[in-house]
Amino acid sequence: MTAEVPAGLPAAPEFTEPLAEWHRLHVRMLIVRPLNEGIAMLVPILVLLFTGNGEKWRLFASGATVAAILAFSYFIWRTTKYRITDEQVELHTGLLTRKQLAVPRDRIRTVDLTSKPGHRVFGLSAVRIGTGQQDTPGTDGLTLDAVTSEEAERLRVLLLQKAVAPKPASPDEPHAEPVVAESEVISQLDLKWLKFAPLSLSGLVAIGAVFGVLSNYADDLGLHPVQDLWEWLFEHPSVTLLGAFVLALVVLGLVLSVPLYILQFWNYRLTREPDGTLRVQRGLLTTRSVSVEEQRLRGVDIQEPLLVRAGKGAKLAAVTTGLGSKGESNLLLPPAPLSVAHQVSLDVLKVADDPTLRKLRKHPLAALRRSLFRHVVPWVVIAVGLAVWAPSWAWPIPVAIIPFAALVGWDNYRSLGNALDDRYLVTRNNSLVRSTVALQRTGIIGWRIQRSFFQRRSGLMTIGATTAAGAGVYHVTDVGESDGLTLADEAVPDLLRPFLVDESAVDGQAVRNV
Amino acid sequence: MSPKSVLLWTMQAAVFWLVLFVPQLVVFLLVNTPPTWELALLVATGVVGVVHTAVEPSWRYRVHRWETTADAVYTLSGWLNQEWRVAPVSRIQTIDTKRGPFQQMLGLATVTVTTASAAGPVEIEGLDHEVAQQLVVELTNTTQATPGDAT
Repeated sequence: MTAEVPAGLPAAPEFTEPLAEWHRLHVRMLIVRPLNEGIAMLVPILVLLFTGNGEKWRLFASGATVAAILAFSYFIWRTTKYRITDEQVELHTGLLTRKQLAVPRDRIRTVDLTSKPGHRVFGLSAVRIGTGQQDTPGTDGLTLDAVTSEEAERLRVLLLQKAVAPKPASPDEPHAEPVVAESEVISQLDLKWLKFAPLSLSGLVAIGAVFGVLSNYADDLGLHPVQDLWEWLFEHPSVTLLGAFVLALVVLGLVLSVPLYILQFWNYRLTREPDGTLRVQRGLLTTRSVSVEEQRLRGVDIQEPLLVRAGKGAKLAAVTTGLGSKGESNLLLPPAPLSVAHQVSLDVLKVADDPTLRKLRKHPLAALRRSLFRHVVPWVVIAVGLAVWAPSWAWPIPVAIIPFAALVGWDNYRSLGNALDDRYLVTRNNSLVRSTVALQRTGIIGWRIQRSFFQRRSGLMTIGATTAAGAGVYHVTDVGESDGLTLADEAVPDLLRPFLVDESAVDGQAVRNV
Repeated sequence: MSPKSVLLWTMQAAVFWLVLFVPQLVVFLLVNTPPTWELALLVATGVVGVVHTAVEPSWRYRVHRWETTADAVYTLSGWLNQEWRVAPVSRIQTIDTKRGPFQQMLGLATVTVTTASAAGPVEIEGLDHEVAQQLVVELTNTTQATPGDAT
């Protein structure tokens, strides 16, 4: 590929990294972008075309939409160029608002390759480069959408290698394969894991999403199926019908969840690359490859949704800078047996024993009272409200939920716990999606210690360890005051101590035991 | 913490409750036969507003603390719900001051210290303007003296 003729030519042999010349995105994006975006516009266009009596303006509007998409793609392609110099990755883009983005190469933390079906057909990949600056969401890093898959792979190696070792072993190596060393497989998909698919309730979520999209289009057509259904149900209340509806939903959810799991996690592989990154590859139609610099890994998060936990399963997420805390991009392991999750966490963290398996200190009984209170009271309020203002059949529903809420509250208390070892702070929270986080103690960049009115009366506090990685703060919920302060003081020596002493001198309420 | 911050919080609370109270009062006076619940809501807003405005600022003033050392910035804030925040100086990324209209009137400022965490900055409210500026200079100097990229 050269600057003048980016289209489809093989890489010229004299090609040397870095790409000091300006490059266009791949010319095939002229077709791929309309394909990917056209799919989203397909239904509105069809609706527009076929709902009327073939009036001219409908044809015209559809044609204009298609033309606009094509023109838009062309201008994006025409106005976008990128280059990779020794110091930084630069991207110039935008038709009306010109944007010039530059990311210093030593700040690159993650490289994420995504191929949607449209990309796959034409052998392309979008490259997302993340830097781990979280304070202005959306402006973090930049995306090259798209280059050929080979080029994407080459960029991945190039960018991450540079990020780890400032001087690559052989910068003059002519071919696009600078690293010869083997990558080490930590984990890959086992078809037995499919049994966790129905337990993860992903099918129900998918039904919800599809339903949302469909009812949107139905609204466009002037139909209101949901409203009609509700009204009909109010006029003919029937337990059998409602039961059948719920049953159908559950069965459909279970059936759908398996193909969904395959769609997301087919070819799942977690590898440790020779350039010091962890790499997750997965996906059947849309393939993803997420590379995380190992140095930036601040810990792991074992997540156990209630039903998956009942089936002795878990999924594993990375706590790292450079990836958003939202979305699935920080996923290290799809729902799999718990033992596998612990094994992977062991391998990923490179430790002798898994911090997430450590025995956790329990929190005081007052935490149980708070947990029950918080889970039960909302339903009591709802029940009372319905009893006063709603038809008489409504209030027993929240009342029936109360015992379950109490169970969840109890389980929530049971899951609370914390531990500290020489490298990690471990904290466990929540019941419905139980999450056990092991956070590197050196990754803690401050504390947020909250004591609500009721917590102070019960002698509890919630300790938040703030970090640059993942969710930004990880909580040790409702821990006893003295235990909590001791934990925080031990986890990051010398940070809290001076203030604890000061505090007890100034404020009679403070804890003096440290 | 400047003693003037009690005044600041009183003004803020008063404005907040007036914004809630005055429109209700106007509606109440304009409608011919106002329903009883409207009166109840009006009285409740008034009572809660007066109590809150009277109690919260001085309570808050008794709670609030801040301190900086060579290693860390520390605040204690809140009244019913209280929160301590600690950030090591070595992890500080930016230091800002901001002054709202009331703060300008009273000669106060808020110093905001952010770290790489997305979980919220350490805010020191209600400082005398000169103290705030001095603090910013001090923190900037210590921060610059500390190596590393603060993640």
